[in-house]
Amino acid sequence: MNNGDGKRWNGGGEEDEDEDEGSGGGPDGWQITYADERSWESLQEDESGLLRPIDNKILYHAQYRRRIRSLSSQATAARIQKGLIRYLFVIIDLSRAASETDFRPSRMVVVAKLVEAFIREFFDQNPLSQLGLVSVKDGVAQCLTELGGSPESHVKALMGKLECSGESSLQNALDLVHGYLKQIPSYGHREVLVLYSALSTCDPGDIMETIQKCKKSKIRCSVIGLSAELFICKHLCQETGGLYSVALDEPHLKELILEHAPPPPAIAEFAISNLLKMGFPQRAAESSIAICSCHKEAKVGGGYTCPRCKARVCELPTECRVCGLTLISSPHLARSYHHLFPVVPFDEVPLSFLNDANRLPRSCFGCQQSLLNPGK
Amino acid sequence: MASAPSKLYADDVSLLVVLLDTNPFFWSSFSLPFSKFLSHVLSFLNSILLLNQFNQVVVIATGCNSCDYIYDSSSATSTGAESGRMPALCSDLLRKLDEFVTRDQQLGEKDSLGPTTSSLLSGSLSMALCYIQKVFRSGPLHPQPRILCLQGSTDGPEQYVAIMNAIFSAQRSMVPIDSCFMGSNNSAFLQQASYITGGVYQKPQQLDGLFQYLSTVFATDLHSRTFLRLPKSVGVDFRASCFCHKRTIDMGYICSVCLSIFCKHHKKCLTCGSVFGQPQTDVPSASNVK
Repeated sequence: MNNGDGKRWNGGGEEDEDEDEGSGGGPDGWQITYADERSWESLQEDESGLLRPIDNKILYHAQYRRRIRSLSSQATAARIQKGLIRYLFVIIDLSRAASETDFRPSRMVVVAKLVEAFIREFFDQNPLSQLGLVSVKDGVAQCLTELGGSPESHVKALMGKLECSGESSLQNALDLVHGYLKQIPSYGHREVLVLYSALSTCDPGDIMETIQKCKKSKIRCSVIGLSAELFICKHLCQETGGLYSVALDEPHLKELILEHAPPPPAIAEFAISNLLKMGFPQRAAESSIAICSCHKEAKVGGGYTCPRCKARVCELPTECRVCGLTLISSPHLARSYHHLFPVVPFDEVPLSFLNDANRLPRSCFGCQQSLLNPGK
Repeated sequence: MASAPSKLYADDVSLLVVLLDTNPFFWSSFSLPFSKFLSHVLSFLNSILLLNQFNQVVVIATGCNSCDYIYDSSSATSTGAESGRMPALCSDLLRKLDEFVTRDQQLGEKDSLGPTTSSLLSGSLSMALCYIQKVFRSGPLHPQPRILCLQGSTDGPEQYVAIMNAIFSAQRSMVPIDSCFMGSNNSAFLQQASYITGGVYQKPQQLDGLFQYLSTVFATDLHSRTFLRLPKSVGVDFRASCFCHKRTIDMGYICSVCLSIFCKHHKKCLTCGSVFGQPQTDVPSASNVK
């Protein structure tokens, strides 16, 4: 297979270079690879005895498909509602445990990078929702950004101060988030995602009371652990109806975090359905000059005009600063339709069908790839 | 040991997937006859293949009841028999197009749901995206794909969700959708498609010179587009239409459960049945939307 050949040549070239360099002084990158990561275990032999690396993509794809199938088999039976207007807080644990190096270069850096990807994915999948960031450091919870809809401001605040120290406190974080989430309108779904690296929590009061408070306010808390499973996290997720998972390694952590980007199945009593007034602004003409309400300076062309108060805004979706009307465009709504009408999973056809050329066509209907001789 | 494989594909190699509208209801009443239109398109496809020896062209026909692949420049059979006067590209394409149109018409007669006069743009967009995904997965070296819609029929509103899903999928894979719309009014779907995916939307004013529009605006590969001033999108209408009257509105009411758009305040959502202002007690089954 061409791809396999290409990879082997490249692998050979790299090994030669490393052997030539090999200077002393501390373990080199390639030595760490052999010592810690046991890269030889990821090699396999194919049928002719030649080496080939494990094709991870196929494994992941198979796992993904299995998971999607199990999720949708419950979902398509009864058309489960999803909470499409979400108010999510991400709590990032920046205690001493976040400086551990079991994730390279450190847990804190890996978590920050993945949270940035999560923020972009979240606003891509849920354009009508809002997100806020909270960090826990030295036993104190601090709000990095309040609930807002612009991904850039969140990412900038996150990357601005990345330092870890002290203990982590789950109760303080939950109390802070509870205070913010109490104020949001009743039709929104309240969610919390905790990225917990520490193995303990240092709380001023009774954390069980805080958990009950969150449960009564209908806040759905999910936790992703980076070190080990903790009872208190498991209890929190069970009480509030969230998901608890512990990451095994960096790709697994990425998968777990991004799993929270699409809207979760909604628990019907949690949000009161309501009719929201929203505006669909038109794009201003290319040569129009107006003072935009977000930057407070004159801009030429581009931009959108609020239909109620005619103020100019630079990007959508946003809330008009003058009259408070939520402004969106129809593609933003259409973005969420595929959550409401999910694709039915494909039926897997056994290999014996394929070899019987009378029953099935010779090539894929969608992409014209030949279906004879599967498995390349 | 041989050296690492040299980069076979430069930045300006493109894979162009052309979605050809073959709706007989549109072409029978249009000022430009279909045969003249085809001659413009065939010259354009030849010129694309001449620009770079690694360029690939795939043509998918959009019918009223089905869509199918008409031509693939990278398949082995495309270098088949040349008739005396036409090159292989034309003879293959025309023959398959002929077969497709007959098949499509037969499907339409069998279907008793009534005549559909809009073409299945969502179907051919999906097929094009499937083909492009296959190209992406074929290895690290592949041409840069883009989609060109040659469309004249009006938008079928029943395809809205499917077309928007295809547009978002193209946006995620970074595949621009260019549109050359020849109908009378502007097509809102194609304008949104080109705006969201970063393609070019053009409504040619004089159809006699269609080849000139195609070769100046749509022939350049993605890398070279950064150096050209291509037609900018003006007046893309992003307003939504309300579900009750299908009128475009610029301020409306949205159900927080199913995101249906209404122009007036209602007590109950017409799509999902949720009663507003009260906590729901039970998961209602979503009735058919649109």
